[in-house]
Amino acid sequence: MATELEKVEIVTVGVGWTGGIIAAELAKEGAQVVGLERGKGRSTEDFQHIHDEYRYAIRYELMQDLSRETITFRNHRDERALPMRQLGSFLLGEGLGGAGVHWNGQTWRFLPYDLEIKSKTDERYGENKLGDDYTLQDWGISYDELEPYFYQFEKTAGISGEENPKGAPRNNPYPTPPMKETPITQRFKDAANSLNLNPFHIPSGNLSETYENPDGETINQCQYCGFCERFGCEYGAKSTPNMTVIPTALGTDNFELRMHSNVTELMYDGDTVTGVRYTDLQTGEEFIQPADIVVLTSYVMNNVRLLLNSGIGRPYDPETRSGVIGKNYCYQILPGANGFFEEEKFNTYMGAGSLGAAVDDYNGDNFDHSDVDFIHGGVAAITQTGQRPINNNTVPNDTPNWGAEFKSQSIKYYHRVLAVGAQGASIPHRNNYLSLDPDYKDIFGQPLLRMTYDYTEQDRKLHNYLSEKCAEIVREMGADNVEPREISDHYNIVPYQTTHNTGGVIMGADPDTSAVNNYLQMWDVDNLFVVGASAFAHNGGYNPTGTVGALAYRAAEGIKKFREENGQLVQGKRSSKQV
Amino acid sequence: MAENNEKTTMSRRRFIKNSSYVAGGAIGGGVLGTVLGRNLLNDNQGTAPKESSGDSSQNFNRALMYFTREKDFNILSQATERIFPEDDNGPGAIALGVPFFIDHQLAGAYGHNDREYMQGPFYPGSDFQGYQTRLKRHEVFDVGIQAMDRESQKEFDASFEELEGEQQDQILKKLQDGDVELKGVTSSTFFELLRSATIEGAYSDPLYGGNGNMEGWMMKEFPGNYMSYIDEIGEEEFITKEPKALRAHISTQ
Repeated sequence: MATELEKVEIVTVGVGWTGGIIAAELAKEGAQVVGLERGKGRSTEDFQHIHDEYRYAIRYELMQDLSRETITFRNHRDERALPMRQLGSFLLGEGLGGAGVHWNGQTWRFLPYDLEIKSKTDERYGENKLGDDYTLQDWGISYDELEPYFYQFEKTAGISGEENPKGAPRNNPYPTPPMKETPITQRFKDAANSLNLNPFHIPSGNLSETYENPDGETINQCQYCGFCERFGCEYGAKSTPNMTVIPTALGTDNFELRMHSNVTELMYDGDTVTGVRYTDLQTGEEFIQPADIVVLTSYVMNNVRLLLNSGIGRPYDPETRSGVIGKNYCYQILPGANGFFEEEKFNTYMGAGSLGAAVDDYNGDNFDHSDVDFIHGGVAAITQTGQRPINNNTVPNDTPNWGAEFKSQSIKYYHRVLAVGAQGASIPHRNNYLSLDPDYKDIFGQPLLRMTYDYTEQDRKLHNYLSEKCAEIVREMGADNVEPREISDHYNIVPYQTTHNTGGVIMGADPDTSAVNNYLQMWDVDNLFVVGASAFAHNGGYNPTGTVGALAYRAAEGIKKFREENGQLVQGKRSSKQV
Repeated sequence: MAENNEKTTMSRRRFIKNSSYVAGGAIGGGVLGTVLGRNLLNDNQGTAPKESSGDSSQNFNRALMYFTREKDFNILSQATERIFPEDDNGPGAIALGVPFFIDHQLAGAYGHNDREYMQGPFYPGSDFQGYQTRLKRHEVFDVGIQAMDRESQKEFDASFEELEGEQQDQILKKLQDGDVELKGVTSSTFFELLRSATIEGAYSDPLYGGNGNMEGWMMKEFPGNYMSYIDEIGEEEFITKEPKALRAHISTQ
């Protein structure tokens, strides 16, 4: 029997970047906020012995414990989905700060083209360039409307960057200057310039100098120690929720943080959400926390799963193409090229998660797609994130992956490989979606989320195009041997690719084809906001966190409005063209 | 949250630019002097190698936590040495302590799949759906090692331990290709666990029992645990540094 607690005004499900931003913004306004976080607490002091590749990067100490909950996966609808029994393709976060603790910090603004991708693509290339199976949609908000929120997130996080000639236009410079130039970034820029491209430093959440944000939180200067992705920062030099919005929220006295609190259900009466049910993982006790406003701020997977398990919204059906929850799940493709240098060695063991240089000439609609049969593109970059020895054994293609030849080649090339990689945009397809699994359950006996996903023709064409562009840059950099990457026959859940999962609770202007409005308020449930990359109507050609942060600040503003006005904040535009 | 007082714990930076490793101190006689030339497999109790350091104190950590039969451990040891052999670069898996690393890992959370989803039902799955056996990793190693010996008897009429290196490679290749029948798991799943665990043991922090004397890192010129490269990351030339393990980072003892 669950214990019913006293009602609070706002409850957030999860306390990472999105939950932390909502908590900080609303607690500053005087709202009483409770944050329910199922993982444990952690701060910079927990990272004093973080330089341990095996513990953190191989055994995934900071990531989700899959023995309690995972997803199931299949490539196609006619296949049996099976559990993702160990982490691989993407690394789900767990604990205070979520994946915001072990991210790399590369902080981008999606392009104006991204936010109006359907209209702009149709306008330039004619109706339905890709055909009917691609469920491309506008996001229901323009870049100009979102610009101030991007800047708000960048100021909170202190992002270090410089002007990007092909990027989204900025009204203000970055809060801190770009990270250091290194021989590796310089060589990329020289090559890009000689190819008439427009290189620049990657906008970084590892800060170039010590910075105090508008809330008075301090982030330290990055030391380039080479342990960033998959690790926490022992210097407090990586922008994380734990360094910024969470202490800001706690400092107001209006925010209560409850750890080990695993939400299992949103209490829904068919009209509004009255609160949440959660279990204290340390005692096993079950509670009901009533609230005026519920904000779903967990990762993409659990935002979708909690809605489906709570019977909220219309589940997406790929057969009839009706419904919205679980629709437009997207990922990213990772084209690129490895360059092998026979005569030179580079200090690739040094680095930082966001240290690197990039070009946006092949991203979005920055080049003419009239003569190609795909849309969009991706940022192409060289990164110097700190190569550690277990995970980095790049060898030429014809080398076996064990034995004498493998050993000598992997040692030889350890400091002699530079790679240029692209983050290829992911365009939604009717057959790529999220739903509940009919067989497999979590530790509470609730259905797991089922992912149905495979690469599309669009993905394959874009992959080939971008890999060749990356190879051109690597050749220009002077590599003796250049190997473009190839895309596998099907999407594979095993090798690590990227933790840029998006969609499932997408935003839009039309309640028939989207789940949330442009304040991330559910169309169907006025007092429920669903915040995160789950709102992305497709995935762009960048790391998603900058756009996630902007949307969280947008949602915070929506919640402030909702406290005053109640009801739907946006008038839906029903097209009923596609139902 | 007290986040700002970490810099006092930063270790003193030490680096040697453009030099080879200096002999002496914790680095011992270096890679070539102590490791090459020793017949590792016949040295001291069958396959259990001595530490490759000049330190003569006993390493009590080099004993078995998981395996119950030395024969199984010896088969494992020889397989890891074929995967990561001693060569001109330096020591192989055995001298680095990789077999003990794997033994210790199998005894703990890794071997028992503590943080993996292990609820049924179990089905074989496609090549793109990953680990789908009901066996835990320690059980996969058990059936895999038994199969290696069985396969050696079948192919060469001898135990895996008695085979020539190239014959051992043939058995390993068969496992990798999924061509050996195992109960409850594919042989390629076992081989991939064995292969990745060997690399992990060669290059993880020596606190886990592999990467003996940091010689895995020295071969790769990876300096381990340094707190800052801010003053060096702009340098043009490659910088070789004396490696440091996490042991150097603990202040209490």
